[in-house]
Amino acid sequence: MIKKTMQPEVLEAVVIRFVGDSGDGMQLTGTQFSDTSAMFGNDVATFPNFPSEIRAPQGSLYGVSGFQVHIGSVEISTPGDEVDLLVAMNPAGLKTNLYAVKPGQTIIVDIDAFNKKNLQKALYETNPLEDGSLQNYRVIEVSISSLTKEALKGVEGLDNKSITRSKNMFALGMVYWMYHRSTEYTIAFFEKKFAAKPELIESNTKALNAGYYYAETLELIPSSYSISPAKMPSGTYRIISGNTATAWGFLAAAEKSGIELFLGSYPITPATDILHELVKHKHFGVKAFQAEDEIAGITSAIGASFAGDLAITTTSGPGLSLKAEALGLAMMIELPLVVVNVQRGGPSTGLPTKTEQSDLMQAMYGRNGDSPVIVIAASTPADCFFYAYQASKLALEHMTPVILLTDGYIANGSEPWKIKRVSEMPEIKNNKVTEVVENWHPYNRDEKTLARNWAIPGTKGLEHRIGGLEKDKITGNVSYVPENHEYMTRIRAEKIKRVQNYIPDLLTEYADSGDLLVVGWGGTYGSLHSAVQKLNSQGFGNIGYAHFNYINPLPKNTEEVLSKFKRIIVCELNNGQFVHVLRMNFGHLNFLQFNKIQGLPFGNTELINKFKQLLS
Amino acid sequence: MESTVEKKYTFKDFASDQEVRWCPGCDDYVILRSMQKALPEMGVKKEDVVFISGIGCSSRFPYYMDTYGMHGIHGRAPAIASGVKLANPELSVWVMTGDGDSMAIGGNHFIHLLRRNIDLNIILFNNEIYGLTKGQFSPTSTVGQKTKSSPYGNTQPPFQPGELALGAQARFFARVGGNTPKEMTQIFIEAEKFNGTALVEILQNCVIFNDGCFSNVTDKNNREDKQLFVEHGKPMIFGQNKDKGLVLNGLKLEVATIGKNGITEEDILVHDAKEENPTLHKMLVRLEYPLVTGIIRSFNDVTLEEREDALTEEVKANSSFTKTDDLFFSGEIYQVH
Repeated sequence: MIKKTMQPEVLEAVVIRFVGDSGDGMQLTGTQFSDTSAMFGNDVATFPNFPSEIRAPQGSLYGVSGFQVHIGSVEISTPGDEVDLLVAMNPAGLKTNLYAVKPGQTIIVDIDAFNKKNLQKALYETNPLEDGSLQNYRVIEVSISSLTKEALKGVEGLDNKSITRSKNMFALGMVYWMYHRSTEYTIAFFEKKFAAKPELIESNTKALNAGYYYAETLELIPSSYSISPAKMPSGTYRIISGNTATAWGFLAAAEKSGIELFLGSYPITPATDILHELVKHKHFGVKAFQAEDEIAGITSAIGASFAGDLAITTTSGPGLSLKAEALGLAMMIELPLVVVNVQRGGPSTGLPTKTEQSDLMQAMYGRNGDSPVIVIAASTPADCFFYAYQASKLALEHMTPVILLTDGYIANGSEPWKIKRVSEMPEIKNNKVTEVVENWHPYNRDEKTLARNWAIPGTKGLEHRIGGLEKDKITGNVSYVPENHEYMTRIRAEKIKRVQNYIPDLLTEYADSGDLLVVGWGGTYGSLHSAVQKLNSQGFGNIGYAHFNYINPLPKNTEEVLSKFKRIIVCELNNGQFVHVLRMNFGHLNFLQFNKIQGLPFGNTELINKFKQLLS
Repeated sequence: MESTVEKKYTFKDFASDQEVRWCPGCDDYVILRSMQKALPEMGVKKEDVVFISGIGCSSRFPYYMDTYGMHGIHGRAPAIASGVKLANPELSVWVMTGDGDSMAIGGNHFIHLLRRNIDLNIILFNNEIYGLTKGQFSPTSTVGQKTKSSPYGNTQPPFQPGELALGAQARFFARVGGNTPKEMTQIFIEAEKFNGTALVEILQNCVIFNDGCFSNVTDKNNREDKQLFVEHGKPMIFGQNKDKGLVLNGLKLEVATIGKNGITEEDILVHDAKEENPTLHKMLVRLEYPLVTGIIRSFNDVTLEEREDALTEEVKANSSFTKTDDLFFSGEIYQVH
């Protein structure tokens, strides 16, 4: 074969999706591609999409696992919705993902997997590679399985399973060549990961290189692409997922505040990775307790908070339901506590591995009695770090439970994070009392924040009792006095309301007045921000974007921001929840809604179409 | 381990200024007084003592102690207390609970605490009835028992708390009558001394809704003939005349009379509370005649805190991370210029 020298086509951004069986290693393949691209200097965003079955039957439609990565020389704020390159390791992967590929774009398939059995399992009546149904795409057919097998001949000590499993690396090698990426980082990764199994270093490296050289010599691949490094603020970066960033935010808060970190948690998808991360860090003195259930997760954290720790509990939707009563207790006894809810598709067991924003009402109101707590939400994988830190700060400074909402999309997704040093983070105060002062009572409050003071067991002279029964406003003793109950209910509400004085104002992007204000909250930031950006760059002008991270209380200037636009559209991945919060607070304003309830993030195109329709 | 006291306390030091609101004649008063008397003998500082409770009559207990305390939510005291103890192992932490709180709504936390063996003390007020909700059957109510929620008789077979606890690997289990403050005080002191989860079941009479439920074994007149108060290392002998004792017949415990059929004191089983194998302890907790009280099991084992501590020390010794910056800047990082 003649080696062609081609001038690579320069692209701003590209979306690649790797799909295959849940055992095909698609998550690893995608992670390697995004990490390598980030090291190269691209901005990246990723989106894993996998079934809840651990190893679904091979070749089945519901067993398809996918990993999408969006890389660019420009700002990348979402994993992208239209795919430029689909790598399909089997017919089921092709069938379930073809809808996302832009016509005219490229699909690489492993033709070895397109046999009668697999086609049947994917419910194809005819072979899509032969029946002309893919004529609008550039299909590159490669015998990935057999080429991998060939390449690995002679590697000692390798079983058939390991050979078959290396085919993802052959595919990755091809994609590396197409996008001018170096294989260096991935080879270094093999050397570290398989340090104890040299045959796997050899086999994976060989498969990767074989794919790379195959693509280079293959005339079928018409062109290669180059994506320059993105212009990002200078500094030291790493790729981080939302769950890891959340865990690290707590580590930073514990170090900054000088208060030990306690996690009480029970495994639940998609929140478990926060537990997985925090259990690793015993060297920082983290006390991570895997409890017997969700209730023990939160109640052990309440105990730890009573004893003076920075206490957190992590969960997802159904788990938050189970924690509701205990959250009411924490609210009543006014102890600091952070509850992370990594939202997933609901109700009930719902869609455990899919994303949704449908726990907002539960977070706001899912307790008996008048029981307000702080509710905040993170926007992107990397800023989960800041909001976990901020949740800890608010809990400690205001002596209240804080619910931090993230979601499966940002928790599992990853992006570059400009690493923060703890010294750069804002100070964290606390309300601890360490010695007897005259007239001390457990319900003495800070005049400004109304936070009560925090007397820790072990402190001489400050022995006191707290509990879920209504408290006397000063002594904390049980009180059934009617006026006292009203006073306490009001002061608990006022304490949360006053948090407004300690959170930033709501900002708008692109325009601060005009025809249309797009409103979002939490994990939809990337999708909404990039859709509004695109519309503005297309000259649709005067479209503003307001993103809420602080839900309860709302930023002070919310009404001022909202009332400067003719129309407001609230976009949420649920059947309309935040919009109710806004309507309740600002009843005189008119709020339009755009709701998507498919367990998937917003797509760029659907948002742009919707906004255009409103503007025309 | 709790640090030693600087001054000698009296029971008054542990009484809070809150008026005690249990029904007149309730055994809970005996338990409160016994605890207030036991604490000065334990060598713990008052500020290191924490009482955690759930919901029910028993769970009002923390309000009456001038120590740290939390009146929690129904059934969750074992989990709250676990968090307190894991956060600060220096504290002396007590779970005050009832039969409904610990074995119905809080059954899961109760068994898992016992399994983990955290150095806490659980005082279980067993009155075989729901008191605070005014008289429904509980998980320890007997079959046939007529209550507000079982007017024709209870059909649900009861838990035997000791049997459940030993099944959940309890290392320390004691039982004591609610009307024997001297024994109770001593058992509280022993429970605190024990390194691990110590469970004390109190046969607590509810004067309103289940009056006399234990009188058959706890009444002064019956006590010596119906109860066997066991002590480690001593033969298991009971009865007004100290002439009855336990012997093993095959796989069954039997009551033998000393002096009859050639039985001598040497034939009576000697109580070994410290034995790891719980088989005999399980037989003792099930026995109805005599009803066994005292410390039935006290097996020393590693606690969860000790395991956690050892692991933390090991991880710390092998880790290069001391500050979070070390972690954040480790591994795959890259520069953007």
